[in-house]
Amino acid sequence: MEPALNQVHVDQVLDTSGLLCPVPVYKASLALRRMAEGQTLKLICTDPGSLADIPALARQTGNRLIHLEDAGKVQTFWLMKGGGE
Amino acid sequence: MSGTNGKTRRKRLALVASKGTLDMAYPPLILATTAASLGWEVGIYFTFYGLDILHKDKHRKLKVASLANPAAPITIPNIVGMLPGATKAATLSMKKWMRDSNLPDIPEFIEMARDQGVVFFACSTTMGVMKVKQEDLIEGADIAGAAAFLDFASEADVSMFI
Repeated sequence: MEPALNQVHVDQVLDTSGLLCPVPVYKASLALRRMAEGQTLKLICTDPGSLADIPALARQTGNRLIHLEDAGKVQTFWLMKGGGE
Repeated sequence: MSGTNGKTRRKRLALVASKGTLDMAYPPLILATTAASLGWEVGIYFTFYGLDILHKDKHRKLKVASLANPAAPITIPNIVGMLPGATKAATLSMKKWMRDSNLPDIPEFIEMARDQGVVFFACSTTMGVMKVKQEDLIEGADIAGAAAFLDFASEADVSMFI
């Protein structure tokens, strides 16, 4: 069951606005590696590839994409460390 | 994904980087840093002109020519591309697009890849043919022949020639 977004405690915010592939994935991966299991990263992206890339990052690294908001030019992702497949 | 030892095997990417122009140095490094970010093992075999990407001095000075390249945003007629300084101008433009897009440059990408544990194979035949010595290469380049790379690549989930 997905937790309600307003109940998710964000442990770290990473803003990759203005950065293109592969930098958002690279930075998000570094941030997630430094976090503890169960912590949540809020990731802000403007690379149009991010909508496809960040779910792929979550799948490949065994982290969980809890929620994403697509506001056109800006996409925001909530990623929980661990808990993925 | 389970290996014989029961532990989950990491996915593996094996790349061949065969070109030494500025534009063609980016794709292997972008794929390598991305795959490493996904937790994969990555090795790049730098061969022929691609070995310049590992060259201490040359990797900072890779160039792209407008000559015979109709794909640039601003198309330069070949007859202009032949003139002295045209390649320098095309190179400066590409470096500017990359900088304006906040993309790392080639030395930064190499640093990122190395920090992530990407293996750099330096083709020993290219070194022999082009008279490149180990001390000409950046730190952390592993001199290897095709057999060593194929040994690595034989366990790869994804392999590409660039």
